[in-house]
Amino acid sequence: MDTSIWRPILYLIGFMAFAGVNAAWLGWAERKGAAHIQRRNGPKEVGPFGLWQPLADGIKLMTKQLLIPSGTDDILFRIAPILAMIPALTSMVVIPFSGNIQARPIDLSVLLIFALASIGMFAILLGGWASGNKYAVISAARVVSQSIAYEIPMLITVITIVMITGSMSLQDIAMSQQGGFWHWNIFRLEGGHFIYMWVGFLIYFICSVAETNRAPFDMAEAESELVAGYMTEYGSMGFGLFMMGEYLNIVVGACMTTILFLGGWGSPFGFMPGIWWFLIKIYILIFAIIWIRWTYPRTQIYKLLNLSWKILIPFSLVNLLVTAAFIKVF
Amino acid sequence: MSEYWNDIFGGTKSLLVGLGITAREFFKPVVTEQYPWEVPVMMPRFRGHIELVKNGETGRPNCIVCGMCMRNCPSGCITLTGKKPEGEKKKVLTKYELDFTKCSLCGSCIEGCNFNAIQFSKDYNLASTRKEDYIFDLLKRLEEQS
Repeated sequence: MDTSIWRPILYLIGFMAFAGVNAAWLGWAERKGAAHIQRRNGPKEVGPFGLWQPLADGIKLMTKQLLIPSGTDDILFRIAPILAMIPALTSMVVIPFSGNIQARPIDLSVLLIFALASIGMFAILLGGWASGNKYAVISAARVVSQSIAYEIPMLITVITIVMITGSMSLQDIAMSQQGGFWHWNIFRLEGGHFIYMWVGFLIYFICSVAETNRAPFDMAEAESELVAGYMTEYGSMGFGLFMMGEYLNIVVGACMTTILFLGGWGSPFGFMPGIWWFLIKIYILIFAIIWIRWTYPRTQIYKLLNLSWKILIPFSLVNLLVTAAFIKVF
Repeated sequence: MSEYWNDIFGGTKSLLVGLGITAREFFKPVVTEQYPWEVPVMMPRFRGHIELVKNGETGRPNCIVCGMCMRNCPSGCITLTGKKPEGEKKKVLTKYELDFTKCSLCGSCIEGCNFNAIQFSKDYNLASTRKEDYIFDLLKRLEEQS
């Protein structure tokens, strides 16, 4: 491996730029998507198609005062928004964007990503706790119960992928799916895994939406019940960082779904694999996530937990057993 | 147990139907009106402040200065004067002033008019910080419109 000092620096700049562009313009994409689903126009004043809207929003947020209300835990209150960004940014280190674009091909990268995803939850927990606001504390408690409920089926589903591939390295998992869509884990022909893999894909996709606290799973910021949840006391860039963290989590979630189920950077027909296929796939998934958000209303917290404990966890366990049986038999 | 499976399959179906609906709506044209750039056409029965009606043949106001509108107005919004030019039989309107700050758009003036001289205008975007801006000289307005 190239050990030059430029490698980490260039990757750092690249990831920061990728993260910044995504965090800013996914907000724009979401507003446009929401607007067109509701048959409105969305942002259209600032620049062509409202494309400079994120810059205007960013300037507005940065010029506002970062207010620390009395009665808050000062240090934790400041740390929480930063902590919302860091895990998502750090996850990008091990994501293979294409065969040769990966900062560090770590053997246990699957484990690292899911460990970091759990840390992302702490940002919300700390932010809610440090706010000293009853709505924020309730929101923090909800995030923890929701995260625990949805990480279990998610990880069990990931274990099936690890069993099929025999590796916990994202690079290896993506490599094993190269050469056409019939090699992708969701449609995998060899071993007959396509018969049940779509169930795993659905479970994983639902869980990744739930993990990013997006509607219809946004119990943590249920406006009708909790004002703005953990973000109630945050203003200016404190709020901005939480928003950017949410969008980066979506990007990382879409990257993981792409790598685990949709063949990573592989092309569907076996020609010209590369980073463009990866980007096309993640943006289709992100569009689907936006689409889902603006289609479904928010559920109630107990129905949300019921979905995980009564449906997703049993299904993912059966999925795990079936996978083991298929690997043994075929 | 059958309820459990019904929940799963029925729920999935209804979720897919919902996604289908939003997907169709996504590609339909927008229905909102971009107000400052697109000016809406007001409904025929919309009541703006009153305006004078011009006679199509003579090009002058229909008004014969009978003063029925002034007398019908419960709030006393309307003041009008007219004079009889030399050599003519009928009075000619010289001033028609509407104090829109008091007007409640009741329409009594229009009902009282026997000569089709006033009607509701379609003017709806009025905004000002000064009271004087709402005292309209309708005769001048009629001249400016033509």
